[in-house]
Amino acid sequence: MGGYFIRRTLYAIPAMLVISFVSFLLIQLPPGTFADTVAAEMMEGASVNEDAIRAIEERYGLNQPLLVQYWKWISGIILRGDFGQSFIWNRPVASLIWERLGYTLILTGSAFFFVILVSVPIGIYSAVRQHSVGDYVATCVGFLGLAVPSFLLALILMYIGFRYFGQSIGGFFSPEYTRAPWDWAKYRDLLSHLWIPMIVVGLGGTTSLIRIIRANLLDELLKPYVVTARAKGLSELGLLLKYPVRLSLIPFVATLGWMLPDLVSGATIVSVVMSLPTTGPLLLRALMGQDMYLAASFIMLLSVLTVIGTLISDVLLAIVDPRIRFH
Amino acid sequence: METKKTGPPQPNIPDATANELPPEADISLQLASQWQLMWWRFRKHKLALVSSIVIILVYLVAAFVEFLAPFPPDRMISQLAYAPPQRLRLWEKTDEGLKFGMYVYGYASKIDVLSLQRTFTVDKEQKIAVRFFAKGAPYRLWGLIASDRHLIGPVDPQAPMYLLGADRLGRDLFSRMIYGTRVSMTIGLVGVTLSLVLGVVLGGVSGYYGGLVDLLIQRVMEILRSMPTIPLWMGLAAAIPAYWSPLLVYFMITIILSVIGWTWLAQAVRGKFYSLKTEDFVIAAKLDGCSELQVILSHMVPSFTSHIIATLTLAIPQMIIAETALSFLGIGLRPPVVSWGVLLREAQNVRVLATSPWLFLPGAAVIVAVLALNFLGDGIRDAADPYK
Repeated sequence: MGGYFIRRTLYAIPAMLVISFVSFLLIQLPPGTFADTVAAEMMEGASVNEDAIRAIEERYGLNQPLLVQYWKWISGIILRGDFGQSFIWNRPVASLIWERLGYTLILTGSAFFFVILVSVPIGIYSAVRQHSVGDYVATCVGFLGLAVPSFLLALILMYIGFRYFGQSIGGFFSPEYTRAPWDWAKYRDLLSHLWIPMIVVGLGGTTSLIRIIRANLLDELLKPYVVTARAKGLSELGLLLKYPVRLSLIPFVATLGWMLPDLVSGATIVSVVMSLPTTGPLLLRALMGQDMYLAASFIMLLSVLTVIGTLISDVLLAIVDPRIRFH
Repeated sequence: METKKTGPPQPNIPDATANELPPEADISLQLASQWQLMWWRFRKHKLALVSSIVIILVYLVAAFVEFLAPFPPDRMISQLAYAPPQRLRLWEKTDEGLKFGMYVYGYASKIDVLSLQRTFTVDKEQKIAVRFFAKGAPYRLWGLIASDRHLIGPVDPQAPMYLLGADRLGRDLFSRMIYGTRVSMTIGLVGVTLSLVLGVVLGGVSGYYGGLVDLLIQRVMEILRSMPTIPLWMGLAAAIPAYWSPLLVYFMITIILSVIGWTWLAQAVRGKFYSLKTEDFVIAAKLDGCSELQVILSHMVPSFTSHIIATLTLAIPQMIIAETALSFLGIGLRPPVVSWGVLLREAQNVRVLATSPWLFLPGAAVIVAVLALNFLGDGIRDAADPYK
């Protein structure tokens, strides 16, 4: 087990390095240089200090080849926690991202647990009661969840909230709590706002997991060992949870890791629509304004988070399924 | 050459499957080709059958856009911004009783002094006659056939007809949705074709040769897939220069969508190559002295074409959703190109939506197309293994 864990972790390190390079490369793609961006800002009337520009160019090696720039950037992150400078906000990137990233984690994390808590019971139910009304309802909702893009669902919910309840759903906090310090009331306010984006982000994943669990469990339910256990007089529920469900959860755990990128993706776009204070809206603005360090840091951190998530799910999978450990 | 037509040798068919097939199939079952068996199985999946008709219709719409849309997508009447949908009326009351005749009522508009908002009411005095094959803006279908006839339209080409309402600039949403069909539905096809080429070549190499190449391609796929797609796409799409022509942007977007798309196809192809490599019929073909290319193309590929088709069909809707999402965010296709995503961008503001909910309609088109493609893909996937 320890050996597998170490090997799997070592695999993740080059992956993260490649991801960081790809993120950096991605942001270098748009034509134009840092100086152009600043010049454009000057046109808009923002005050720019020539010396400050030179200093930044010097610090991040902006006039040097790409690899040098990348090295200056990544070594700054690893050694000093310096993610570079945001040109739009004129602040260090590090001061901008952590709070946003925290909210992204809260949103994707809660969506993740929502997916698991909802899809497992429904998946089991629709397999055990195949062709029942509940099963058909689950299948129908499942297909809709697959077909309705999450941002459209967010829009529809916001429309319904605005039109019929007269309030705008969106944001994480009621206006009076936005700038308030963290206390119990603010926490409750967050929870009361969180559940809608959580469902919106999680719905797609929930429906596909329900299908996976249902299919796996249906395969297991017909196997002879189930009949044997039943013949031995095990209670139906105990039998179900002890053997077939456990087995059918293995492919389920395997998909959990691949679901994380989807959830992060969904959270990004849903946040833009519902104007949540997560990384999504800021990333979009950074990309549109060619704020390269901010955008690259976001893309890299989101990807690294998913790599870590995938790593955790792989380790979980190895715990659940001994065959993988020894492969 | 026999194997080419009927596919690879398959295990004996159990009797149970014979009952599921039409009676006339009893004798021909043993002789039926793989595609024949697939069709028999596919046609039992009623939802997939209906979906395939829907998809054919949607692509027909995409092909005859200029003829089907009553107006060009950029025709605007600014006084009629956000005009609500009109009901197409079929029966006209005349002195001699009810008479068939298509018409819509015109609009009477009033501007609120305080909010400066325009409200529309139906003006029953104003009848706008509508007819089939109406004369309208001239166009060239596929750049070849010149015409000025539109399937449906007002008799007077200047008259307002908004069957699905108007947008911010008083453009006809119905026409724009029809124009959007072409872009949205083909972007999935082009993107999937691109992913197919990449996926089959790289997945095939990976699965057939194995070893170091396999390991390398596997890692690349893993890394690409562990990056969250929307942020990755956003980064790539934001890199498209604003001054590029719409056509170039269109192709860039398809390339961006295939960056992730090919990995799923490559995985499917690799898995198939990997498992088929040791099958008896492949070894037999090799021993018979077939060249490597021959083994791959005429023995291995035919046995999993159907799976690839199913995977492809299931990949198209994802690309459609992705394009819609990117265009909705404003970093995908840009006006003047009309796609469903571009149209949905108009629906971004909840306050606007609350007064003109018809702006949601392009979303409905997306949902119908995606659902139908999903059902179709499911049907093909189930049918792809007719011996099951």
